[in-house]
Amino acid sequence: MSRSTERTTPSGAPTRRRFLKQIGLAGVALGPGSALLASCVSGSTDEPDDEAAASPAGEITADNPLGIATDGEVEIWIFDGGFTDAYAVEIHEPLLQQRWPDLTIDHHKAVDIGAELQQRFVAGDPPDFINNSGDGQLDTAQLIANGQLADLGPLLDAPSWDDPGKTVRETLVPGTVEVGSRGGVCYELNYAFTLYGLWYNKALFDTNGWTVPRTWDDMLDLCAEIKSAGIAPWTYQGLTAPYYMNWPLLTMAAKQGGVEVLKNIDNLVEGAWKDPSVLAAAEAIYRLAENGYFMEGTEGMEFRDAQAAWVQGEAAIVPAGSWLENEEVDLITARGDEFQIAYMNEPIIDEASAALPYETLRAKPSTPYVVPADAAHPEAGMEYMRAMLSKEGAQGFTNMVKSFTSVLGAADGVELDAPGLSSAKDAFTAAGENVVNWLYPLWYPSMESGDAGNDISGATFKLLKGDVNPEEWADLCEGVATKWREDDAIQHETHA
Amino acid sequence: MALQRGKYPFLLALTVPGAVIYGYFMFSPYLQAMWISLTDWGGYTATMNFVGLDNFRRMIADPQLLTALRNNLILLLVVPVLTLALGLFLASMINVGGRGRAGAVTGVRGSSVYKVVYFFPQVVSVVIVAVVWKYVFAPANAGGVLNNALEAIGLGRLAQLWLAEPKYLIWVVVIVMTWSFAGFYVVMFSAAMQSIPRDIYEAALLDGSSRFTTFRKITVPLVWDTVQVGWVYLAIQAMDGFALVSVMLGTGGGVEGAGDVLGVKVYREAFTPPNNFGYAAAIGVVLLLLTLAVSLIFMRILRRERVELA
Repeated sequence: MSRSTERTTPSGAPTRRRFLKQIGLAGVALGPGSALLASCVSGSTDEPDDEAAASPAGEITADNPLGIATDGEVEIWIFDGGFTDAYAVEIHEPLLQQRWPDLTIDHHKAVDIGAELQQRFVAGDPPDFINNSGDGQLDTAQLIANGQLADLGPLLDAPSWDDPGKTVRETLVPGTVEVGSRGGVCYELNYAFTLYGLWYNKALFDTNGWTVPRTWDDMLDLCAEIKSAGIAPWTYQGLTAPYYMNWPLLTMAAKQGGVEVLKNIDNLVEGAWKDPSVLAAAEAIYRLAENGYFMEGTEGMEFRDAQAAWVQGEAAIVPAGSWLENEEVDLITARGDEFQIAYMNEPIIDEASAALPYETLRAKPSTPYVVPADAAHPEAGMEYMRAMLSKEGAQGFTNMVKSFTSVLGAADGVELDAPGLSSAKDAFTAAGENVVNWLYPLWYPSMESGDAGNDISGATFKLLKGDVNPEEWADLCEGVATKWREDDAIQHETHA
Repeated sequence: MALQRGKYPFLLALTVPGAVIYGYFMFSPYLQAMWISLTDWGGYTATMNFVGLDNFRRMIADPQLLTALRNNLILLLVVPVLTLALGLFLASMINVGGRGRAGAVTGVRGSSVYKVVYFFPQVVSVVIVAVVWKYVFAPANAGGVLNNALEAIGLGRLAQLWLAEPKYLIWVVVIVMTWSFAGFYVVMFSAAMQSIPRDIYEAALLDGSSRFTTFRKITVPLVWDTVQVGWVYLAIQAMDGFALVSVMLGTGGGVEGAGDVLGVKVYREAFTPPNNFGYAAAIGVVLLLLTLAVSLIFMRILRRERVELA
């Protein structure tokens, strides 16, 4: 790879350096400072260390399929969020160290990955392995467009850690590679596997003789009953994250209309948000708002406050991913036997005409890990991924942070001491092949949320507050989709 | 004579290092931001393409930018007025507002305690201020102080989901900003009032002047210099508001982005995908020019003859 040529600015175009030089010449007033200007924020990386990103540092053998330098080093950055970095320190790194005792592991953790590492990318000296998560995550799309992330092909085609007869690719849950790919090349390993759905307190339901609704009509009946018992039927993550309600909405739309509905949305097809099944799902959600089934004050709350109210029994049902149990573990534990967190599938809208069965659920490979293309030891970063994807690594992760991984069958036989996750696992098994996901939030993150309300989240929030009806909601969503469709500056992806 | 001859080398030796450090760490980033604002830099690479004034043109068609600008203008006009009025009032009560005991000019009873209490918000980090106020405005069942207080005094029907209504957001910011700034100006004006000769007040009292007249005719004119400095300083602070808004309302500028300010807009453009440092820098340049213009205008308008204290 000839990195140095890629970095050269096209001749003729005014470069920053030339500009600064001109300022330096003109601005005598700046004095000695001007000479120093050339080394600020984005300066001087025209000469990258050429050995980086070159051929593997060590010899490729059957034992060492990625050809790492066995006495070399690997610099690892873990996002210090909900999972903390304990799983890396206590499970994955020892696993790697055990196989390669002479390898030096340089471990780092960060809450704001982008703030810590952006300058390293600018300087052409990124670390070997990054857990690119959290609010400050690096913009994957742009890194890929710039050619700054390594193609994980060598890893996927390498023999797996446990079984040389199988490639790493063959050990992954279907959909994992797809989620991490752009333009057909896989750049991201999504390690954690998140199940989405509705969550409820089984103890509360059992005491009151309430049963999990199968259709939306059942749901509305149940809501009326819950409300008459003095409990709010639903809550959601408040003004922090109204887009949590998009998830049951789109999952229900997919159950009704099939996966094509989601593909059209992902592919920014005109009218995708006005599909009858999407409108039916929006109508269903809107009924909750109309009937006052959301907990009072939800729309003015922080997401953790809304979830806390749910744990305290003020609301019965909340949408979330399978991280919810871990996120609220302290509150849940404090309630003891009175609270048994359990997973509930989204109801289907019309049993007779639904395209997919009730058991269908949304499962999404999440928590991305990347290897920068300009890293000093990219092969060592991938070797670390290979260790993570071992059965031992995946099971350890599932046990420690209570989250599934994208390693096939790694959760089988793992006794989950987390009731919520365990019930989700049952639902996952029942779903079988009927697993859906949509990719637009991944490809166009601020289309879902983060565009100051001019996003799907903003539209849905209005629907939840009853400010707009389902048709108006669909118009708003179409407007958002049009904006992204017509933005030529971004890379458009296709959900095939 | 020896000093005279060596004057210039000596002065240069004192000033040049400072100028160099200032130029390098303060001035060069400004220039660099201006250059970045003319490019399409995405923040991750060492190269960038020159795009001329495209980023500035894009601003005209960006409705969210107008929202942020409008909010900054509201902050700019309302916060200094409220803060200075409150600061002047409280400072004069603390220092010269007391009912004179035996004709002495003093503050109201307990003024030394108030002075400390008013200063509290100034020593608390703005992040904590923002988090605390978020819970003041939260719904009653999420611990909202304001709504619970309204209910407690029988005004429950005035309770609102303050942070969920776009129309309230900027006024929430105005209140919190005023609250957190006022204490500092109380202390600043107190210092200024302490330097006003007491005999002026005594003369006014002898002439039977009321407390309000004393405030208007004596206190305010004699601390006007300080007010002027405070006004310029507040205007600059009001053009910022980044930390408060991003923590209290989130970096999306709150519901529907209605509480957005330019600083938060810059942050969002630069640091959330699709990262656009070029556009962010362009907004930053506009913000810089606006702040400069505002401080110049304020300094001009508020210029007054200085009163010589005898």
